Amino acid sequence: MSLTDLSAVELLDRLDARHVTSTEVVQAFLDRIERYDRRIGAFLRVDREAALDQAAAVDRKRQAGEALGRLGGLPVAIKDLLATQGEPTTCASRMLEDFRPPYDATVIARLKAADGVILGKTNMDEFAMGGSTENSAFRLTRNPWDTTRIPGGSSGGSAAAVAAAMAPLSVASDTGGSIRAPASWCGVVGLKPTYGRVSRYGLVAFASSLDQIGPLARTVEDAALLLEVLAGHDPRDSTSVDRPVPNYTSSVGRPLERLRLGIVPELFGDGLDAEVAAAVRVAVDVYRSLGATVQEVSLPHGKYAVATYYIIAPCEASSNLARYDGVHYGYRTDAQKAAARLEAERKALEQAGDRAGLDNLDTALVRMYRQTRSEAFGPEVKRRIMLGTYALSAGYYDAYYLKAMKVRRLVREDFDRAFEQVDLIAGPVTPMPAYPIGEKVNDPLAMYLCDVYTACTNLAGIAGLSIPCGFSSRGLPIGLHLQAPAFEEERLLRGAAMYQRATAWHTRRPSLDGE
Amino acid sequence: MNKPYAIIIGLEVHVQLLTSSKLFCGCSTAFGAAPNTQTCVVCTGTPGALPVMNRQAYLLSVKAALGLNCQIARLTKWDRKNYYYPDLPKGYQISQYDMPLSRDGHLDIPDPEQEGQVRRIRIIRAHLEEDAGKSMHDEVAGKADSRIDLNRAGTPLLEIVSQPDLRSPAEAKNYLTELKLLLNYLGVSDCNMQEGSLRVDANINLHVATPEGNVATPIVEVKNMNSFRAVERALAYEAQRQWELWQETGQRIGDVPKQTRGWEEEAQITRPQRSKEESSDYRYFPDPDLAPVTISEDAIAHVRQSLGELPADLRTRLVGQFGITPYDSDVLVSQGRPLVDYFIAAAEACRDGKAAANWVQQSVLRVLNERQMPIEQFPVPPAELGRLIDEVQSGKMETSRGREVLAEMLATGKSAAAAIDALGIVQVDEADLETLCAELLASNPKVVDDLKQGRLKAAGALIGQAKKRNPNVNATRVREICLQLVQRM
Ligand SMILES: [Zn+2]
Repeated sequence: MSLTDLSAVELLDRLDARHVTSTEVVQAFLDRIERYDRRIGAFLRVDREAALDQAAAVDRKRQAGEALGRLGGLPVAIKDLLATQGEPTTCASRMLEDFRPPYDATVIARLKAADGVILGKTNMDEFAMGGSTENSAFRLTRNPWDTTRIPGGSSGGSAAAVAAAMAPLSVASDTGGSIRAPASWCGVVGLKPTYGRVSRYGLVAFASSLDQIGPLARTVEDAALLLEVLAGHDPRDSTSVDRPVPNYTSSVGRPLERLRLGIVPELFGDGLDAEVAAAVRVAVDVYRSLGATVQEVSLPHGKYAVATYYIIAPCEASSNLARYDGVHYGYRTDAQKAAARLEAERKALEQAGDRAGLDNLDTALVRMYRQTRSEAFGPEVKRRIMLGTYALSAGYYDAYYLKAMKVRRLVREDFDRAFEQVDLIAGPVTPMPAYPIGEKVNDPLAMYLCDVYTACTNLAGIAGLSIPCGFSSRGLPIGLHLQAPAFEEERLLRGAAMYQRATAWHTRRPSLDGE
Repeated sequence: MNKPYAIIIGLEVHVQLLTSSKLFCGCSTAFGAAPNTQTCVVCTGTPGALPVMNRQAYLLSVKAALGLNCQIARLTKWDRKNYYYPDLPKGYQISQYDMPLSRDGHLDIPDPEQEGQVRRIRIIRAHLEEDAGKSMHDEVAGKADSRIDLNRAGTPLLEIVSQPDLRSPAEAKNYLTELKLLLNYLGVSDCNMQEGSLRVDANINLHVATPEGNVATPIVEVKNMNSFRAVERALAYEAQRQWELWQETGQRIGDVPKQTRGWEEEAQITRPQRSKEESSDYRYFPDPDLAPVTISEDAIAHVRQSLGELPADLRTRLVGQFGITPYDSDVLVSQGRPLVDYFIAAAEACRDGKAAANWVQQSVLRVLNERQMPIEQFPVPPAELGRLIDEVQSGKMETSRGREVLAEMLATGKSAAAAIDALGIVQVDEADLETLCAELLASNPKVVDDLKQGRLKAAGALIGQAKKRNPNVNATRVREICLQLVQRM
C-alpha cells in the first residue's frame, strides 16, 4: 500500500509515530501529481520546492521534539481563490493571471500555523462561477472516474485532486454547492460549513453573503480534522461568528443516538436521475438500519432556491467584481492600442458627421475599463455581472433583489421549522451523476439547475455535506447530501461518519492507470 | 429690496471625522503623508480583503447627529454605492442608503436679516460613509497622466443633508459657519476646507411669484466650491443666473433633468458639468460584508452626556454670567472652546467680564493672529492676564501702559507683577501729580492761554511733557488736574 492510499488521519498517525516523514509524504503526493495531473488537470500550479521546504521544516520541528500543529506536516491542496502571500492567486481568470496578493488569507495562515504543507493551487471555474470547472480560463479538469466527464465545480480541481489521491486534503469554497457538487461527482467528502464558521478574509469574493470556505477529503474523519483547523472567529471578517470550535476529531467517532433523519419528498420529483434517487433511498435505509427514525419534512420554498440564488449571487458578484477595472491590480488592456482605436472611431464619426455617435463615444477612461473587462473576463463571469447589474438597477431592484431577499428569509424559516422535527436532512446532492465535458457549455440554465439541491443550504446559511453513497451503472460516484442546522457541524460530521462506517463507498478508488 | 422670487437652498455637507484610523481598516487618517503610504489591503480594495467597522467613527457620528438634534436609529446598516472611478478602488463606496444612522434634526443659525434672531434649519439626515482617494492629473509635455493617492480612501465622512430651508446665500454661509463651529465644539471634525475635511454641495432653485402662484424653477446642484465665501458667491451667481434663465425660458422644475454645475473660482461663474458625470444609477444594496450596527438607548444617552456645552448655550451663558454683549459673546464663542475657556479664566481672575472680553479680543486675538498660534500656546496664563487687567481697572496704569506690560510678559514670560516692576510702573501720588501739573502750566503760558480760550486740544502738549517727566502718570488725570488748575487761575 502506498502512502497516497492512506487517509489524512492515517498519515498523521504514521507521521506522529515517526514511521514516515512529512517530506516522504509530500514527495509521494508530488510524484502522483507528476504522474497523473497532466491527464486530470486538477492543479493550476504546484510548487514542489516550496512544498518540500515546508515539509522539511516540519520534519525538523518534529525531530527536535517541538510541538506541532494539528496537521503535523500533511499536504493540502488549495483552491486558487484563497490569497497566498506573494504567490499567484488567479481565480482561474485572465483578470488575475499575474496577481500576487500581499497577504495570506486567514485560512492559509491557519493552515500554515497548523503545520499543513501547501502542495499547490487547484483549478476552478473562473471566480467560482460555474458547476463544471469548464469556465477556467486556463485548463480543463477531468473527472478521475471518467476523464471524458466533468469533475463538477466550481471546486473541480480540489475534488479531482482528492479523488485521484493527488492530495489527501483540499480547501475550497462553496457559494451554491461548489464544494458539495464536485465532491459528489468525484466520490469524496465535501463540507460546506455554516456561514460565519470559517473566516472569509482572503477568499476572493464571488457572492459575499453566500461564500463559505470548507474542506474536501476522502473520509469524514479527514474532513473533521481539516475543519477543526479552518474554523474559528476572525476579527478581520465581520461576518465570522465568535463561537467556540468543537473538537470535531474527537467526537466524530461517536454515532448520533436516536437520530431523526428528515427527507424532503419534493426533492425526489422531476429532474432527479433514477439511479441517484435509488442510491439516496438506499442510504436512508442504511440510516434506518443504524437505528435512525426517518421522517418526511417539507421545504415549501425550496423550489424557488435556484431562482433566488441566481439573483442574489450575481447581484453581489456584479459589485464584488467591479474592482477589476484595470486600474489597481490585475489585467489591463493595452492602453495605447485602446486609445488608437478610440481615436479612429472618433475620426470616423466626425467624417460621418454623426453628432450623437460622438456624444456617446467613450472617454479614454471608460474605454480602458470596457476593453479591460471585455478581454479578461470569460463569458460566464460576464453573464453573471450583467444579470446582477440588471437586477440591482433602478426600477428592477424591488422586483428582483428585494424579492429574492424575502424568499431567502422564507427558505431559512423552512429549515428552522424542519429542524424542529429532525436532526439532519438527507437528500441528493446533484440531480445526476457527472455529465460529459461540453454537454452543458452552451446551456447555462441547465447548468444552473444542477444547483437545485445545494443552493438552499447557502441561502439558509446552514451546514451541508456530501458523502459518497453509491455508483451509477456507468461507475460514476453518487453523493448523499446531509444538512444540519447552523453551527451543528459536529452533528453533521458524526451523522456522516456513522454512515461511512456502515458502508464502503468511500474506499473505492478510480483507476487512473487503466486507460 | 423685494425680489419677485425666493431663493431655495439645501446643502449637502461632507465632513471628515477626527478619528485616528479609517472607517473600515486600521490605516492612519493623518493629512499630508507621502502618497499611498497610509494604505492597506482593505482600503486599496485588494481582492479577498474585508472591511471591519471602526466603532469610534460610528460613535463620533452619533455625537455629531445628537449635536444636530437628530433622531438616532437604533439599527443602521451599510450599503454599497456602485460606480466606477479610478480613485474608488473597490468600484463601490460603502455608504448608507435607506437606513441612515440619524435623521430629522435641526440647526439654529443667526438670521442675517435680523440681528440677534435665529433661523431654524432642518436637517434631513446625517449618515456615515467612506471617502474615496484622490486623482491627480499631470499633464506634462502633452502626455496626459493620472496618478492616484489612496491615503484618503476609506477615511470616515459624515454627510449632513439639510432641508431646502435656506433662503439666501448669506444664510447658507451662516449655516456652514454654525455647523463648523458645532462640529469643532463636539470634537467631531476640524472642518478644514483647504485640507478637504469639509466639502459642500448645494441644491438651489427659485420660487418665482407669478399671477398663478409660486412656480419652482429647475433645481441645480452646484459643486466644486472651496470656501464658505465661494459658496456664498456661487449661490448668488446661480440665483441671478436662474432668474435670468427663468425670464428667458420660463422653464419649471421637471421640464429639464436636474443639472449639475461646477463653480469656477477664477471666472466667478458656474458652468455645467459633463452630462456623463451626472445622473448615475448607483445600484445601492446592503453590503454583505458588514453586519448592521445597533446601539442601545443607554449608549445613546451616554453619548448625549458627552456632548458638553454647545455653542448656542455657551453664547447665552457668557452674556448672563459675565455681563458681556451678545456681540462679544459671539466673537469669543466663534473662536472655539479653548479660547472661551481662556476668557473665562481671565474674567474670573479679574472679576470684570467686560474688561476681560476687551482684552481677549483686542490684545490676545491680535497676538494669536500675528503669530498664527492657537490659544493653547499663548505664553501668558489667563490668571496673569486677569491680574494685569485688575491693575489697569484699578487705575494703577492706563490701558496703553497695560499693553506695554502685556508685551513685556509675552517677550519675557514674566508674571504681571514682575513685568510691571520691570517697566518701573508705580502709581503716582495725587499730590505729586498736582505739583507736576502746576510746574507744567507755569512753564507753558501759551498753552494756558489756549485753554482759557477753550481750545482744550492744547492740553495734549501738557500730557506729552508730563509723560516725558514721569512715564507712570495717568494721562486722563493729568488732563483733568491741568484743566482744574487753569479754571482756578
Ligand atoms: Zn487601510
